[in-house]
Amino acid sequence: MSQTPAPSANPEIQPYFEALRDGKLLIKACTQCRQPHFYPRAGCPFCFSDTTEWLESRGTGTIYAYSVLQAAKDLPVLAYVTLDEGPTLMTSIVDSPPSALSNGAAVRLVVRPGADGALAPMFTLI
Amino acid sequence: MSIRGKACIAGIYEHPTRKADGLSLAQIHAEVARGALADAGLSKDDVDGYFCAGDAPGLGPMNMVEYLNLKPRHVDSTDTGGSSYVLAVGHAAAAIALGKCSVALITLAGRPRAAGQSQVRPAPGATADAPFEAPFNPVIATMYGAAANRHMHEFGTTSEQLAWIKVAASHHAQHNPHAMLRNVVTVEDVLNSPMVADPLHRLDCCVISDGGGAIVLVAPEVARSLKRPVVSIRGAGEAIKHSAGGRIDLTYSGAVWSGPRAFEEAGVRPSDIQYASIYDSFTITVLMTLEDLGFCAKGQGGRFVADGNLISGHGKLPFNTDGGGLCNNHPGNRGGMTKVLEAVRQLRGEAHPAVQVPNCALALAHGTGGSLGTRHGSATVILERQ
Repeated sequence: MSQTPAPSANPEIQPYFEALRDGKLLIKACTQCRQPHFYPRAGCPFCFSDTTEWLESRGTGTIYAYSVLQAAKDLPVLAYVTLDEGPTLMTSIVDSPPSALSNGAAVRLVVRPGADGALAPMFTLI
Repeated sequence: MSIRGKACIAGIYEHPTRKADGLSLAQIHAEVARGALADAGLSKDDVDGYFCAGDAPGLGPMNMVEYLNLKPRHVDSTDTGGSSYVLAVGHAAAAIALGKCSVALITLAGRPRAAGQSQVRPAPGATADAPFEAPFNPVIATMYGAAANRHMHEFGTTSEQLAWIKVAASHHAQHNPHAMLRNVVTVEDVLNSPMVADPLHRLDCCVISDGGGAIVLVAPEVARSLKRPVVSIRGAGEAIKHSAGGRIDLTYSGAVWSGPRAFEEAGVRPSDIQYASIYDSFTITVLMTLEDLGFCAKGQGGRFVADGNLISGHGKLPFNTDGGGLCNNHPGNRGGMTKVLEAVRQLRGEAHPAVQVPNCALALAHGTGGSLGTRHGSATVILERQ
């Protein structure tokens, strides 16, 4: 149903998916204003420079918000995690019971296949 | 330049169906167009501006213009989801103010129930954001649930407070014979309904319905020649809120930008508004929007909506007196059209007598289309009875 091309077909974000295969999360930082952003773009969304570089996230952060879909409790929990580098991203919380989650809880990166079949950065409680 | 006083809403129509078996999508567009033109006392051939959004079948406005056999000299098919039709009121008023058209028709139609579609939106095309969202299966309910979760965390908002929004809508819907949910509910009813995407219960969610609606806007001199109450566009504002490069804040909506723009153009304040149609995809949408529009301070929405403050005849800010998306309808998962329609009824004195705001002269309609959890269009219009 989705017309989204296979991630590897998009050269702008190909390194992101290659890094996920190594268990790493890449974000982007601007070479001019130095500010990190997500999702990754070839140009900076803040100062609008056209040069950004990949930055490996430490893979740690905190839960900003989350919601458990009751009809699918066995699926990963939709969440937003604020990385220690600054950006907040949509993600899933896995391997942690929903009842144990809380805003501000510390989490670390785990790479798993997402609902679309592609590897994705998910998080688990530390 | 301002659109203030430069355009008027002369005709409105809301389709009575809530499940459009036997009706095509284009047919519903035509039926609501026919209804709004008849309400205005105008004919198809008077229409020289046509406005639609993504629900219109075809390429932009072209296929519907052909189906309706219109000959417009101005068209606009800007799609900002459910807020499109509130946004279109502002765009149509601007086009009329500039002389680009003099009779503007806006239509909406949807038939997700008859088509057997779920509330889950179809995946977008090859957008830059999709690879960073699709893996996490972000259904609309969990994205709004996450927004509610964060609002509760930061401001202490409670499920009981959110429930009051549904309670108020149900008090209004009992008087609407077309409303899908006409039973008056209590706070306890909402809290006891099944959890869908915590902290949102089933009764925190809007209905899914078929249907549609249409609006006819005209130049003021045309409006005065028609035998209908004159409802003038006093101000309009629009905005897009998104994930901002990862600087995500789920506690506010694009209404923080579209609202002040509309109020500034209208030259009025929130305290001047006598009736408000607030987009109500979920109860949290209403609570957050009321704060963002300035009806109360940020974080105080829970206190503001509690104890029936949104119930007509009882509270300070009567809202969604047709029952809104929470109880009446949400045609094609796009609720902005019906927000404008009920505001016009209030200004004309044509709302149900049980919910009519006495001497309603200044009203607001607000649309939020897309998702609070990713990106959404926000449109605010302020309407005035002349």
